Amino acid sequence: MLGDNSMILGHRLSELCGHGPSLETDIALTNISLDLFGQVRHYFQYAAKIKGAETTEDNIAFLRLPNEYKNTLLVEQPNTDLAYVIARQFFYDVYHLLLLDQLINSTDKQIAAIATKSIKEVKYHTRFSSQWVKRLGDGTAESHEKMQTAIDYLYPYTADLFKETPLEVSLKEAGIGADLTKIKESWLTQVKSVLEEATITFPENPYGHVGGKEGVHSEHLGYILSDLQYMQRAYPNMTW
Amino acid sequence: MQDLEKDFQDRIDRGEVIEPRDWMPEKYRKTHIRQISQHAHSEIVGMLPEGNWLTRTPTLRRKVALLAKVQDEAGHGLYLYSAAETLGISRDELFEQLNAGKAKYSSIFNYPTLSWADIGIIGWLVDGAAIINQVMLTRTSYGPYARAMVKICKEESFHQRQGFEIMMTLCNGTAVQKQMAQDSLNRWWWPSLMMFGPPDAESTHTEQSMKWKIKLKTNDELRQQMVDVTVEQAKVLGLTMPDPDIKWNEERGHYDFGEIDWEEFWQVVKGYGPCNKERLAARNKAWDEGAWVREAAVAYAEKQAAKRTQAIAV
Ligand SMILES: [Fe+2]
Ligand SMILES: [Fe+2]
Repeated sequence: MLGDNSMILGHRLSELCGHGPSLETDIALTNISLDLFGQVRHYFQYAAKIKGAETTEDNIAFLRLPNEYKNTLLVEQPNTDLAYVIARQFFYDVYHLLLLDQLINSTDKQIAAIATKSIKEVKYHTRFSSQWVKRLGDGTAESHEKMQTAIDYLYPYTADLFKETPLEVSLKEAGIGADLTKIKESWLTQVKSVLEEATITFPENPYGHVGGKEGVHSEHLGYILSDLQYMQRAYPNMTW
Repeated sequence: MQDLEKDFQDRIDRGEVIEPRDWMPEKYRKTHIRQISQHAHSEIVGMLPEGNWLTRTPTLRRKVALLAKVQDEAGHGLYLYSAAETLGISRDELFEQLNAGKAKYSSIFNYPTLSWADIGIIGWLVDGAAIINQVMLTRTSYGPYARAMVKICKEESFHQRQGFEIMMTLCNGTAVQKQMAQDSLNRWWWPSLMMFGPPDAESTHTEQSMKWKIKLKTNDELRQQMVDVTVEQAKVLGLTMPDPDIKWNEERGHYDFGEIDWEEFWQVVKGYGPCNKERLAARNKAWDEGAWVREAAVAYAEKQAAKRTQAIAV
């Protein structure tokens, strides 16, 4: 689940590489993508070890069926414009950081180790995306409007982040996973504070979209997977 | 004036390094702006054909390596634009020249990346050719350019090893993979030889550039070096060079090779290659669609600065 979030978000960012508004943002977003894929490799190598037999990190990354990917709906949303990219990143980064902050104490030593390593990176991601929310929100009239539109559009997808699945409940009870109910409050406080500084109105939308974590995705995931899985599907069982 | 130019030439002949504050002939400055910016543009446009495969890498390890490589190229662009800025031109001006189709970049990036093997080939041949060119440029007379080259060369050789390793994996793989590798070499070999520019006899800039030590070797010398190195590497890979005229020449101590299709070269240089329009359109799109973002960043910085001054005043 964590691995899938990092992978799909990293994938979305990799689509932007070479097409950003400036060299500096291009480099920064690629850097975040790189960090996320680094985390993906840690999670999937660990998962492959648990599965045993012939499973590799690449089988897990590239050869599952669409409903076996358990990323949240938020991270698969498209790069409509840079405001969407930043809003998506910001909502996810704040969540990701709070999540890792719990996972560093996971009873699963390996998960705790990965979380400890990732948390430094995600702190930087959060700083980067929060800064850009402010820059775009409190920049020009045009950028403000674009930022507000993106926040309004993406906010309903954040519901998926906090909806606990049965698997998450059991992991939480075993002391392996995080307690999402605890995260939600801090998330709201932090998000609201940055949006306020950015002069963005907090979207009061009572309805949210959920399902990603149980494999019920938006239409976007199919297209992401057709890119992501292309080589492994077109040329099965080869070494690259 | 005469004396200044003579002194300048003497300094270069003595092997001294020219720095931004030093006096330099206007033509030296212009030539450097042209060459450094062409080089910078090549790094940036070069991100596009490789970026084309970022979402479709076959493994996670390759994904991370390719992301890092394309990011390095963006970094090279940054160093080089900064080096060009020391000569009194801004990055924005240079971008505008590129987007308007007025500036040149390496013609190799106007070819499409059609298979995963093309990512291996770009590392192996294109970064390989870049290294041959750039190792020479680490000793070029203009200080900021030479120093940028030292930094960049280290990364390019890493890219080249990585590309060669992709090719090696394909060549040790299934018949389909080996075919993919051969097909890619067939398409990219000739364009990569064209990267060194027109033959010496037709090169308009070579003579003056050699005198000012902007270039230390001619296009044809560098091209020969590329052929000699690549033929040996292709043997290791077990690939066939797509040129029946390649033959060791004992007397010259070099490989002979076939005639390059210069008409194709000029066609691509003049903007009629397979991807010229796409590459320029992609750069223009990124620039135009990024305008509101850059404006917002400036506006925000100004507001913050104003707030700070206010805070101090209070
Ligand atoms: Fe480069
Ligand atoms: Fe390179």
